[in-house]
Amino acid sequence: MSLSLRIHDVSVIYPGREPGQQVTALSGVNLDIAAGDFVVALGASGCGKTTLLNLMAGFIQPSHGIITLGTYPGEVPSDTRQATLRDQVTGPGADRGVVFQKHALFPWLNVLDNVAFGLKLRGVPRKQREEQAMHFLALTGLADFGKHAVYQLSGGMQQRVGMARALTNDPHMLLLDEPLGALDALTREKLQELLLNIWQRTGKMMFFITHDVEEALFMGTRLVIMSPRPGRITHEFPLDFGRRFLAGEAARAVKSSPDFIALRETVLAIIHGDHLEAAA
Amino acid sequence: MMSLDHPDATPAAPAPVKPARPAGSPPLAGVSSAAAPSRFARWRRAASAKPGEQYGAPGNGRSALLSLFTIAMLFGLWYLATRMAWVKPLFLPSPAAVWQQFIDVSREGFSDATLLSHIGWSSLRVFGAFVLAVLTAVPVGILMGVNRIARGIFDPMVEFYRPLPPLAYLPLVVIWMGIGEGSKILLIYLAMFAPLALSARAGVRSVAIEQIHAAYSMGGSRGQILLQVILPAAMPEILTGMRIALGFGWTTLVAAEMVAATAGLGFMVLSASKFLATDVVIMGILVIGALAYVLDAGMRYLERRLVPWKGK
Repeated sequence: MSLSLRIHDVSVIYPGREPGQQVTALSGVNLDIAAGDFVVALGASGCGKTTLLNLMAGFIQPSHGIITLGTYPGEVPSDTRQATLRDQVTGPGADRGVVFQKHALFPWLNVLDNVAFGLKLRGVPRKQREEQAMHFLALTGLADFGKHAVYQLSGGMQQRVGMARALTNDPHMLLLDEPLGALDALTREKLQELLLNIWQRTGKMMFFITHDVEEALFMGTRLVIMSPRPGRITHEFPLDFGRRFLAGEAARAVKSSPDFIALRETVLAIIHGDHLEAAA
Repeated sequence: MMSLDHPDATPAAPAPVKPARPAGSPPLAGVSSAAAPSRFARWRRAASAKPGEQYGAPGNGRSALLSLFTIAMLFGLWYLATRMAWVKPLFLPSPAAVWQQFIDVSREGFSDATLLSHIGWSSLRVFGAFVLAVLTAVPVGILMGVNRIARGIFDPMVEFYRPLPPLAYLPLVVIWMGIGEGSKILLIYLAMFAPLALSARAGVRSVAIEQIHAAYSMGGSRGQILLQVILPAAMPEILTGMRIALGFGWTTLVAAEMVAATAGLGFMVLSASKFLATDVVIMGILVIGALAYVLDAGMRYLERRLVPWKGK
C-alpha cells in the first residue's frame, strides 16, 4: 500500500453571522490523492477551493469527515466524528509544504535563509542546511540570488523562493494556493513549466488551486471542478497535457492543440453554468 | 526568463529630455497666446509633473531649502528684535548672550554643575528609564498580542493611564518613591511604557497569517514561531514605538526634574527661571530641542539599519 492523502466525506460548516445560522463551505467531499498525482482544483470564487487546501494543510479541521495522509490501509469508519485514526491530519506539519498566493516570505531573512528556514527549525547545522537550500534554489533557477533580500525580487522570483522553501523540507506533498494568480501572463507560463519540471524531478504529490482554466488543464494529471453554495466537487477529468509537455512537446503547441481547446470549452461551459445558476 | 525577472532589469527613472526649442526663441507658429489657459485656470489644476514626479501627488517637490531659509529668517528676526531693542533683554536676550551662556555654562557650570554634567544626568534618567521600559513593555506588549488572557489583564491598565499627563500622577509617584532618583526614573518609565507596549502589541498584529501558517507547515513549534516569526515581524513597529517612547521620555524629563533635583537639563532651566536668567532658559531649551532632534535622527538611522524591509 503506497502513500496517499485521503479525504473522506468531508464537510465544513461555519457558524453564520446570526445565531443558529450556518454556512456550509464544503459538503460531502471525497478525494484520494495518490503518490505521483498532480491534482488541480478549479472553480469560481466561493466554491471552497481554499477551504479544501486549508483542510489538507491542517489549518482547519472538518466539521464532519476525516482526512488521512499516510498508508492507512483499512476502510474509514462510518461514524468519523469520534474516530482518531492513525495517519489522521490534525494540524499542519512538515510533511505537507504550502505555497501561498501571497508569497508569505520572511523579509528579515535573505533568500537563502528563507529557503533554509524549515531546516533551521529542525536544528540542522548551518553549513548543511545552506547546502540543501542551495540545491533547491538551483532547482528553481535562483542559484545566484541567495544573498538577495526577498523584497528586492520580482513577484515571480518571490514565488519561486516560496516553492524552494516548501521543497527544502522534503514534504510528501505540495499544496499550492493559486501561487501564480498575481503574476503577469509571461512569467506565469514560465512558472507553470518550472512547476511541472519540479514535479517530474521530485515526484511529490501536488494539489494546485487555480481559477484559470487554461492553467488548470495544462498543469495536472487530474482536474477536479468545484461548485459553490455549498462547496463541492462536481466533475473530475483525467489530464495528460502536462505529461505531453514534459515529453518534449512545446507548451504553446500543447495549449493550442484541438483536444486541449475542446476540453477547455467543456470546462468553461460547466463553470459558466455555475455562474448562470448563481445569477438566477 | 532571468532577464524578465531580474530586479536590475527595471528601467531607471527617465532622464529629463531637453526642450527641443532653445529658450527665448519666438513662439511657435499657429499657437496663439489667446488660446493659452488663463493664470487662474492653470492655478486650479495641479502643477504639471516633470519626469520623476507624479502628477497631482500631494506635497510634490522639495522643502528642505525653504526650511533652512525659515530658520535663518527666525534667527535674523531674533537678532534684529534684540539689536533694535524692540524687546527688553529680560524677556528676550540677544543670540550673542545666549551663545555666551552656552560657553560659560559649558566651562563654569550653572547651579553647581556644568552643562555636560546636566546633560549627563538627564541622559542617565531618560536612558535608564528607556532600558527598563524596553525590557518590560516589549514582552508585555507581545504577550498582549499573542495571548487573550494577558490582553484582558493589561489592556484596561495601560489604556487607563496612557492618556494621563505625567504631571497628573507625579505627586503620587513622589509620595510612593520619595524625591530621589527612583521617582524621576519611574515617571519617565511610565511615560515610555504605554507607547512601547502598544506598539509591540500592534507589531504582533501586523504579522501576516500566511507567514505563521508557512512556519507551522515547515514543522515549527509555537515557541519557535513566537521567537523566529512573530518577534522579527513585529520589529518595525517596536522600533517605531521606541522612537515615540524616547520622544515621550524626553518631554517628561522637565516634569521629572521639577522635584528636588540638583542637576539635569530640566532642573537647569527651572532654576534659571527663578533667577530670571532668561539667557540660560533659552540656551537650555535650545539644548533640549537639539538633543531630542539628534536622538530622533539616531533612532531613524537604527530603523533603516535594523528593519530595511519596513514598508516594502
